[in-house]
Amino acid sequence: MSPVLKLTDLSVSFNTPRGMLKAVRSVTIELNAGESLGVVGESGSGKTVLSRATMGLLPRTAVRTGTIEYLGTDISNYSAKEVRDLWGTGMAMIFQDPMTALNPVRRIGDQLTESLVVRLGMDKKAAREKAIALLKRVRIPDPDAMMRKFPYQLSGGMRQRIMIAIAVSCNPEMLFADEPTTALDVTVQAQVLELLSELRKEFNMAMILVTHDLGVVAGHTDKIAVMYAGDVVEYAPTRQLFSNMKMPYTEALLKSIPRLETPTGTRLPVIEGRLPDPTKDEPGCPFANRCPYVTDKCRAEKPPLTDGGNNHFYRCWYPIGGAQ
Amino acid sequence: MAGTGKAHLRPEGDRVLVVEDLTVEFNVGKGNVVKAVSGVSFDLVRGETLAIVGESGCGKSTLGKAVLQLPKPTSGSVNFLSKELTTMGKQELRDMRPAMQMIFQDPISSLDPRLPVSEVLAEPLRVWNRGNQVEIDAKIDELLTAANLDPAVVRDRRSYEFSGGQCQRISIARALALDPTMIICDEPVSALDVSVQAQILNLLQDMKDRYGLTLIFISHDLAVVKAVSTRVMVMYLGKVCEIGTPDEIYQNTKHHYTKALVGSVPIPDPDRPLTGNLIQGEPPSPANPPSGCRFRTRCPMATEQCAQEEPQLREVSLGHFVACHHPIGE
Repeated sequence: MSPVLKLTDLSVSFNTPRGMLKAVRSVTIELNAGESLGVVGESGSGKTVLSRATMGLLPRTAVRTGTIEYLGTDISNYSAKEVRDLWGTGMAMIFQDPMTALNPVRRIGDQLTESLVVRLGMDKKAAREKAIALLKRVRIPDPDAMMRKFPYQLSGGMRQRIMIAIAVSCNPEMLFADEPTTALDVTVQAQVLELLSELRKEFNMAMILVTHDLGVVAGHTDKIAVMYAGDVVEYAPTRQLFSNMKMPYTEALLKSIPRLETPTGTRLPVIEGRLPDPTKDEPGCPFANRCPYVTDKCRAEKPPLTDGGNNHFYRCWYPIGGAQ
Repeated sequence: MAGTGKAHLRPEGDRVLVVEDLTVEFNVGKGNVVKAVSGVSFDLVRGETLAIVGESGCGKSTLGKAVLQLPKPTSGSVNFLSKELTTMGKQELRDMRPAMQMIFQDPISSLDPRLPVSEVLAEPLRVWNRGNQVEIDAKIDELLTAANLDPAVVRDRRSYEFSGGQCQRISIARALALDPTMIICDEPVSALDVSVQAQILNLLQDMKDRYGLTLIFISHDLAVVKAVSTRVMVMYLGKVCEIGTPDEIYQNTKHHYTKALVGSVPIPDPDRPLTGNLIQGEPPSPANPPSGCRFRTRCPMATEQCAQEEPQLREVSLGHFVACHHPIGE
């Protein structure tokens, strides 16, 4: 069976006054039915652009190359209309900010039933019943009353549940969740992540979970792609990644997370410096200037994506623990 | 979840701030009143970092602002450097402001986009007549260097040219300009990437040691709090649940709400998924809080007593206070 999504050498650049800004550089990723992929990186690493490119949500200034295959069909040359026909039933998306993603002047009920009527051709009554069932499924208390409410009347967690209900309403093959819990409290974050995992299994949906927090992806994904400056720098099954980390960048990212075990008053390990200028194409490894293990070779030559076996890929001349 | 107790105050210490029975109410129309903070007391000893932790809507930011009289609290007392702030006149209060500063959550919108960084920092110095232009320039360079920014590069740029982390460094430099005694940091790192978070937390620690600051650190992230604070106060719906040192709070958790918060912190380890201590739902509306203990509607241990009686803060071990009828392990 073909994978739900296959990106091959996907690159995205933006035309800016300072020159071409390379946001995503030749990314190759595969996602099977029901699988969950975590895309992790700092702001500016290209993780959001990657998911938007797949959804056909890039602005006009963007230049995209490479292929996007959806269920074995190449959709990279689809028109805007053709891509739009995939939304809802094929791919759906949840955004970071649930306030701005919902329409502020329409009732929750109308926003939920819209795609059911338009996409699935349900009549109003059936759509309403399905919508109430969905609200129950995402654990919204008193779904009948919720149908009549406006987004401003809801908390961030409630709004994100509504977004999730809308996204899964037409049983999509795959779901993009772009930082779905970054704007939420830890307690609500835990609930929302749990809910997403349940729904994924229930609907056998593939999911791409985009986040800057390795803690969020650890328990909720099958594999992880770590992005840095537009490149996928490490790509491995989740357990393999955490138990046998190869990239110094991934290691640094993991170390910088504050933990409950951290003794009070200790200095947290930091990644000094910042991302290279995305409009310049400098030789060498883009992480070289911030890497604790840097050598002359790293500054001179960019490492290729290396196959380390066990489906573990990394982009480093001197991987942690040596090459396999 | 009561917090209407003062057993945890420390009258013998060198206290910078003493807050007693602080209540903040907002009139939301139709005769409805939201009690954002109800009867909270705490004190702050010089050099301490007090973390105030809780979910959105628990009143932690309102509490921080009420300490600065922004706006004035509905009732209660705020005693800062042995002066009562709540009864002060406008001018008197203004004279106190340099000693108490604030750092906000969103680093980009808290800086004026039209002003170059040098002006952002010069403004408070000029308003308070802290020297002539040469002295002010020297002070600006000192502040920027202290915040790990290169004055030569940064001075003439405007806030939109910087990343979130750099803007937060500038905000910290600005808060330090008038040599404050106390800084209230309202979620200073929640808008930042994990990698940048660590840099800013380290910077705050350095500044605290270097300038002898006393900090209030408001956050919803217990892991962040653990690294920086000397005392932690957990709040729920405008009341105090538990207060103590970070080690006591995390390793000897007494309150069921604190336990749920600790259990919700994502752990970067695939073999340790969340522990299932998840509390369900969200806090009820502060306009109509539950009777008795405010946490009882989400608490796994709630009994009839919790609905009837509001628990008072009491000491469970040295310096560790909890407001619960059925604390964990008792």
